[in-house]
Amino acid sequence: MYEVRIHSRGGQGGVTAARMLALAAIRDGKYATACPFYGAERRGAPVVSYVRIDDRPVRVSSQIRNPDLVIVLDRSVMDTVDVLHGIKPGGRVLLNGTMNGDLQGHRTYAVDLTGIALRLNLVVAGSPILNTPVLGALAKMGIISVASAKMAISEMFTDERNVKAAEAAYQELML
Amino acid sequence: MLTVATGNKAVAAAVKEARPAVIAAYPITPQTEIVEQIAEYVSSGAMAAQYIPVESEHSAMAACIGASITGVRTFTATSSHGLLYMHEMVNWAAGARLPIVMANVNRALGPGWNIWAEHTDAFQERDTGWLQVYVSTVQEAYDTTLMAFRIAEHEDVLLPVMVNLDGFLLSHSMQPLLEVEAGDFIPPMHLPHAIDPASPAGYGTLTGPEDYFRLRWDMERSMRDSVPVIRDAHDAFARQFGRSYGFLDEYRCEDADVVVVAMGTLGMEAQVAVDQLRNEGIKAGCMRIRWFRPFPHLDLKGRDVVAIDRDYSFGFGGVIARSLQATERAEPYSVIAGLGGQEVTYDDIVGFVRERKPGEECWFGVDAHV
Repeated sequence: MYEVRIHSRGGQGGVTAARMLALAAIRDGKYATACPFYGAERRGAPVVSYVRIDDRPVRVSSQIRNPDLVIVLDRSVMDTVDVLHGIKPGGRVLLNGTMNGDLQGHRTYAVDLTGIALRLNLVVAGSPILNTPVLGALAKMGIISVASAKMAISEMFTDERNVKAAEAAYQELML
Repeated sequence: MLTVATGNKAVAAAVKEARPAVIAAYPITPQTEIVEQIAEYVSSGAMAAQYIPVESEHSAMAACIGASITGVRTFTATSSHGLLYMHEMVNWAAGARLPIVMANVNRALGPGWNIWAEHTDAFQERDTGWLQVYVSTVQEAYDTTLMAFRIAEHEDVLLPVMVNLDGFLLSHSMQPLLEVEAGDFIPPMHLPHAIDPASPAGYGTLTGPEDYFRLRWDMERSMRDSVPVIRDAHDAFARQFGRSYGFLDEYRCEDADVVVVAMGTLGMEAQVAVDQLRNEGIKAGCMRIRWFRPFPHLDLKGRDVVAIDRDYSFGFGGVIARSLQATERAEPYSVIAGLGGQEVTYDDIVGFVRERKPGEECWFGVDAHV
């Protein structure tokens, strides 16, 4: 089972990112579940959502303690949250922004999702949309296929800029 | 097409497919998404139903009762304090023999104020005459909601059905969902004691002890008669849609020396614990109780039992553990866990089984396994 933990702030679309990642994995023919951790979350507060991907039905509902991949949609949460907590040995990190070097020995990938969203004017209620470009980055990392990433986005959003954003993230992420 | 949906959305989609004539509802976390989605179906024309936004849960059930007694299909959804607020009408619905279907998203009761999963809310309605079923996945929530209408409305049952799903753990969890076309799986509703609104005449004035006693016995007879009706619904569902369900969901129980008994998402999580225990050479199995009313038979003879209760009856014990003592003469190791959404993982369940003490009670995180 491949386990993903997504860190973001309330209102940034972390839950929708989790949902689309699960949907893309299902379009790849795998089993997947996504669940937000519901606590005292509110707009702007650090929030967490989880995705599990497996070759057989997922039977676990508890929170992910040892993720294979940690996604950070908003770097500022790292000031107050230990995003690497419990990460598996060999676990990877995907950051929104630019980054030199790895985080505490964990292979770390960075792509400027915010920049991509702003460039395409993909902004809702003043917030850049991060959850559609991040699918492009995840496709580049090989977690989902490109076709399924696009399918998942198109099933949830009609605005074509969302797919363009994912394509841009795919191009810009350096492996 | 296979899609991804939350437990709440799955229930709403099943209700749309079941085509009730009247939905009366009041929002409450973590159930709100169900009635919001149904309201959207009705306003967009995807559902031809009357949606009554009422001022309280008591009124929601009262409106369902009023609609149902005219012989039409009705649905509502609630949770926790909302369920308790409609308690009087919950009893009335069963006594009036109205096949109302209600989704209850299991949530703890305050104080302290808590919105997370616990089964104590539904257990406070367990003696009302409602059938109660507990589900563990999004697909099961969808499938079971469809079955609930067929079972409730069957002429041998005519009792309301409560479909229970764990707050957040299932109501907000996004999982694969395959919707179906119900077709003739749910036959048209026929209520033999329906009131004709064009020529209204009612009953239910003061009922003397003899008649009242007979009405109660008739409720219990129907509860017992619901067993073959439920079995038939499971069989028909498997034939038509290819997914099988039982009164229990038994996992690796054939040769099990120790059986974990649980409900809802914990009953599914326990399967992973069973696999882990089997890898260690412990012959473990899991029985997830789906139908809690009518209470099923569990084959526990000669086995150790670990009962996990996400509930408690103060001054008495875990409701599932005590039920197994009463019905199966089991001596379970009674684990009280997950109250108010307390996190319980498959690793924790492995610990319960390894350290089991038959006949004793343990409050997870307080007594042991800290």
